[in-house]
Amino acid sequence: MLPKWYEIPLGGALTEPGSTRKNRTGEWRTFRPVIDQDKCIRCRICWAYCPEGAVKEIDREHMTAKGVKYPITYEIDYYYCKGCGICAEECPVKAITLVREYEK
Amino acid sequence: MPRLALTSNYATAYAVKMCDVDVIPVYPITPQTTIAEKLSEFVANGELNAEIIHVESEHSALSACVGASAAGARVFTATCSQGLMLAYELLPIMSGLRLPVVMAVPCRALSAPISIHGDYIDLMVARDAGWIILISSCAQEVFDNVIQAFRIAEHRDVLLPVMVAYDGFLMSHTIEPVEVPDDENIVREFVPKKREWLYLDVDRPVTMGPLAGPDWYYEIRFQQVPAMRNAYKIVKEVAEEFYKKFGRKYDTIELYRAEDAEYLMIGYGAVWGFIEEAVDRLREKGVSIGGMRIRLLRPLPVDDIASALRGRKGFIVIDKALITGMPVGPVFSDITTALKIANVDVPGISAVHGVGQRTMYIRDFVELAEKGIEMFKSGKIPRESIYLGLRA
Amino acid sequence: MSSRQEISIRWHGRGGQGAVTAAQVVATCAIMKGLYAQAFPEFGPERRGAPVKAYTRLSTRPIRHREPILNPDYLVILDSSLLELPATLDGARDDTILVVNSPEPPEVVKTRRFGKVVYIDATDVAMKTIGRPIVNTAILGALLKVLDLITLDDILKSLEKFFSGKLLEVNRKAVVEAYNLAKVI
Repeated sequence: MLPKWYEIPLGGALTEPGSTRKNRTGEWRTFRPVIDQDKCIRCRICWAYCPEGAVKEIDREHMTAKGVKYPITYEIDYYYCKGCGICAEECPVKAITLVREYEK
Repeated sequence: MPRLALTSNYATAYAVKMCDVDVIPVYPITPQTTIAEKLSEFVANGELNAEIIHVESEHSALSACVGASAAGARVFTATCSQGLMLAYELLPIMSGLRLPVVMAVPCRALSAPISIHGDYIDLMVARDAGWIILISSCAQEVFDNVIQAFRIAEHRDVLLPVMVAYDGFLMSHTIEPVEVPDDENIVREFVPKKREWLYLDVDRPVTMGPLAGPDWYYEIRFQQVPAMRNAYKIVKEVAEEFYKKFGRKYDTIELYRAEDAEYLMIGYGAVWGFIEEAVDRLREKGVSIGGMRIRLLRPLPVDDIASALRGRKGFIVIDKALITGMPVGPVFSDITTALKIANVDVPGISAVHGVGQRTMYIRDFVELAEKGIEMFKSGKIPRESIYLGLRA
Repeated sequence: MSSRQEISIRWHGRGGQGAVTAAQVVATCAIMKGLYAQAFPEFGPERRGAPVKAYTRLSTRPIRHREPILNPDYLVILDSSLLELPATLDGARDDTILVVNSPEPPEVVKTRRFGKVVYIDATDVAMKTIGRPIVNTAILGALLKVLDLITLDDILKSLEKFFSGKLLEVNRKAVVEAYNLAKVI
């Protein structure tokens, strides 16, 4: 049940911080960004550009097929990622591709 | 209490100073400019500790009001006419965000054709933007209304912006006696800074003005309905308290020689003085007439208007604003609606005068009343406004 | 005259001569004295040199309306050339008191009646005291010769609200000088 008019803070103000977390914007996606962890050079540009903060920087080592070892890994949070494609557009090494949802 | 010789614009500036306003975003427009000039003087010589924000338009001025009020400041601004139209977008934003800003409006005609002179069309166009509107009839009342406006706006059961309106030029630039307390602490005690609205505060985080979809918008806008209902009561309460402290009495409407009057002439702003004089002259001739003025235009004091008119033989409203597309004046429309709501059946005549500051004479009001009473008696009541002072 | 409740003054000048300020000085002075008063300009476009009208009402009771003054008790003319415009004398009565900036009795007294006529070479007084042809304070001195309710001392005091320092001093001098030199006929 949604609140009655007198139960809403005046002027529709949001008085609880972090309410955006409840919005599952991942449902809006048509294309899903997928990171090729071997191509990725850990430059952090996708993390910086993502308008939703949906690129996560994780303390997990990754060793590429060519034997380069990175201390961190970037992952997309698909619960919030809207599929805008900015990360793929900005990636300097084209390590992110947009894949149609429901296509494996 | 010392008496000063002040124009209504200066009376506004003195009241704003005494209310210890924090932020004044303002852009000059005739005939409002001297308010901003006087306030700048007060700030420059240290009499008022406020931030004056010079902006590039009225739209920016009112936008800055939104920001400053949302930051918890006591905010004042003033504009009129084209400036009010340019800033219109911000009016429902301020009422919607429930920000208790006070704005003086020395009312002025609208272009086209260009006019810098006074009438009330600007206010009438802006009257349904969710603001409380007080219309003053003399410089003393302007001073008193600005002070009361902050109390009303910031009352926790109201939290709505207030316009303090009066006649551009005819009042804004006329010097009159104004009683001003010599100790401004008396005023500051009357308008303590309680800050009971939601404002941006790091210790109490809040997001203001988010998107509201069809599931939310209606309820949030509806909150203003009870706020306006409360405003009616608070306007009366504040007036009562003001009377106790300062000795000058105000209400939502004012009556003059109305007790036994068969007919009432109704107006607002500077027209009121003309009505009072005309009533005296008509009474001398034995005409049973009184006067009524609207001080509170929004929320419209429906019951007060209806009970003042109940049992009369007729009323004449003089609107100092020319609205087209409706055959009658804007406040005439309001009053007839009030009567219908209260189920009071009194015939009324709409008249328009003072448009673009066309000169008004007391005799115009005397003649209008005599002509109007003839019409009431004969039952031939015009279906359209009588346009006074028009070359026709 | 003392039994009258209201005094009306209509001011005619040219933009820049200070007719509006003069109207305000008299009203301010009355208000400071505890009387009721009102002053407002005829709100036309404000241009230097254009004919300007202003109004002052003084009263022993509150003034409610803001009607322009049609039949003035006092008609104050800051520039005698304005007497050639027919509108200047509009509504003047036989007992209206004319105060005019003119070195000699104005021609108009030959053709019509006034209550009294006061004339003063206010331009000369202004040039000698203030050093500029702003005649509004000088003409006040002439008006005070014939004005009820307000005295010379009242006006000298209320000038504080409009001027300070050297300007206050020279304007006070202009009022006194004109008061002494004005001729009443």
